[in-house]
Amino acid sequence: MKSAFLSRSELISFAILALVIFIVLPMALDSFRLNLFGKYLTYAFVAVGLVLCWGAGGILSLGQGVFFGLGGYCMAMFLKLEASTPENTSIQSTPGIPDFMDWNQLTELPLWWQPLHSLAFSLFAVVAVPVFFAFIIGVAMFKRRVGGVYFAIITQAFAAILTILIIGQQGYTGGVNGITDLRTLLGWDIRTDEAKEVLYFVNGALLFVVLFIAQFVRKSKLGRLLIAMRDQEDRVRFSGYDVASFKIFIFCLGAAFAGIGGAMFTLQVGFMSPTLVGIVPSIEMVIFCAVGGRLSILGAVYGALLVNWAKTSLSESFPELWLLGLGGLFIAVVMLFPNGLAGIWTEQIEPRLKALFAPSSKTKATSQSTPAE
Amino acid sequence: MFADYSMSELGAIFAMQGFAGLILFSVFVLMALGLAIIFGQMGVINMAHGEFMILGAYVTYIVSNIFAAYMPALFSMYFFVAMILAFIASGALGLFVEWAMIRHLYKRPLDTLLATWGLSLILQQLYRSIFGAREVGVSIPDWMMGSLPLTDMIEVPINGIFVMILAVTISVGVWIMMYRSNWGKQVRAINQNRVMADAVGINTAWTDRLTFGIGCGVAGVAGSAFTMIGSTGPTAGQLYIVDTFLVVVFGGAGSLLGTIASAFSISQAQSIMEFFLSGSMAKVLTLLTVVGILMIRPQGLFTLKLRK
Repeated sequence: MKSAFLSRSELISFAILALVIFIVLPMALDSFRLNLFGKYLTYAFVAVGLVLCWGAGGILSLGQGVFFGLGGYCMAMFLKLEASTPENTSIQSTPGIPDFMDWNQLTELPLWWQPLHSLAFSLFAVVAVPVFFAFIIGVAMFKRRVGGVYFAIITQAFAAILTILIIGQQGYTGGVNGITDLRTLLGWDIRTDEAKEVLYFVNGALLFVVLFIAQFVRKSKLGRLLIAMRDQEDRVRFSGYDVASFKIFIFCLGAAFAGIGGAMFTLQVGFMSPTLVGIVPSIEMVIFCAVGGRLSILGAVYGALLVNWAKTSLSESFPELWLLGLGGLFIAVVMLFPNGLAGIWTEQIEPRLKALFAPSSKTKATSQSTPAE
Repeated sequence: MFADYSMSELGAIFAMQGFAGLILFSVFVLMALGLAIIFGQMGVINMAHGEFMILGAYVTYIVSNIFAAYMPALFSMYFFVAMILAFIASGALGLFVEWAMIRHLYKRPLDTLLATWGLSLILQQLYRSIFGAREVGVSIPDWMMGSLPLTDMIEVPINGIFVMILAVTISVGVWIMMYRSNWGKQVRAINQNRVMADAVGINTAWTDRLTFGIGCGVAGVAGSAFTMIGSTGPTAGQLYIVDTFLVVVFGGAGSLLGTIASAFSISQAQSIMEFFLSGSMAKVLTLLTVVGILMIRPQGLFTLKLRK
């Protein structure tokens, strides 16, 4: 029972989330709003990765935007190359290359973008490139036992470096505007409302795949080791475990999730730009996770949806209030509810609900627990 | 790369870039000193450090306007008044923030980081609401304008020299406070062993608050000095925060000398590279080098030998 993949209450929570994502939201929202929620869902990928790294493993990365961006740029470049056919770009001085390269007097596609002509390679790169960089950072930091706040600061520096690099090298990266004007995916127009709706459901399905992977990790021995490492790293080390390898693995996994999120962002929203890579978005991604609950993978999804929804609606009607609200929310969550919404749920609401339905739910639990296993 | 320049030109280039690097160095030192106190001694990550600096800059802006409107005769001296007021304003805000927020989070350093980030967002929005989203500049007194010709090819701006003198003065001041005053002794004792410091009768809670306040006050003075070489906007603080943290971490947290040494090497590297590469590439290379060195030597350049 203890090691079951999903306990009964977790099964219900997953089912509720599925209900919200696949049925309630699509029914309740028009296609414009649904597209927005599709965008929020792509942030949820990052938040789930952060729950594993930060909530479970105690590694706070302030550079998840880097991985989000790397994944997003791989996808964006594939779409851009597909959109930049010689016919579409015939007005350029060099037809057949992306427009921003032409504006910057480049006459041929740089070698490192060439492989992204292939969709298979691009999909591979969406995961592999972030993981590769996460692996290098992880090996360099965790093998030398750098952790805690130092790790946070250095990952933040990477976010700054990548942003400066992208903005500075605009001939290769599209600069501050990013890669825009993406049209089709293998001939399928991604700009129509129907396409956005399909992408929303793809997003939701992929998010569930990611959630199941995260749930699997948490329930495995690795998940328990991570929590042990977070609380008493030295004891785990003295027990003979290679702490660094576990940290590297979980950091890479978080990076892979972020990369997938970034790629889906590009598809859903139709562009990729350095404003999603830098320090500010990276910390905002931590907020989603903190608000939802750093210990709960499902909480992180709700956190990403709620914070972004609040951001959009507040900044539409009261642009001045948004930063104040966000800052206040951040302080309040950290100081009063360190476990976020999920913490409020498990500590306050769930016990009361249980007390309310105590006699009836007990009989149900015994009768239904057998098929769940 | 050097072939196009004659020897004397090359010398002048290096001298001028070196001097630009010295100004950048002073800026880094000013920024990092406050953080070296707060992060180096207390281990508190204050992501709102840049906003404390900007507060000092806005105080200077207000003071300069008041002097221009009511005391034009004394205008040339307003900067010194502004600096003191900037210290008081940022320091007072620091004391308040420590009391309201930081002291509850000492055991959770990563959470401090997040909470102070929230604080920085709030402060940014307040600045934007009060002073407007556009950058503001102060009018520099006449004696600070112009530049000093050293040779016919090398010129140094006077406001740069002033900022450098200020950086040296404040560094010496902080050094005296840290290593020669009773307060400094208490701060270092707490850094080495909090429980023992408490046991021998040091009021650790008050010392913490004062340390945080002084660190923020120094940040305010730094911000005040910045107005001499650039304009101030609500989000300017955010631009500096990563650099500043890297300077402190690279130097070795807890070492004042290390902070100054790392500020020197980072600023010189960046400004000399800036001449040959584009500004952004120089920055990227500098940051990458710093991060690379930190990966090899995570404890920074200078370290305190402590039993933890």
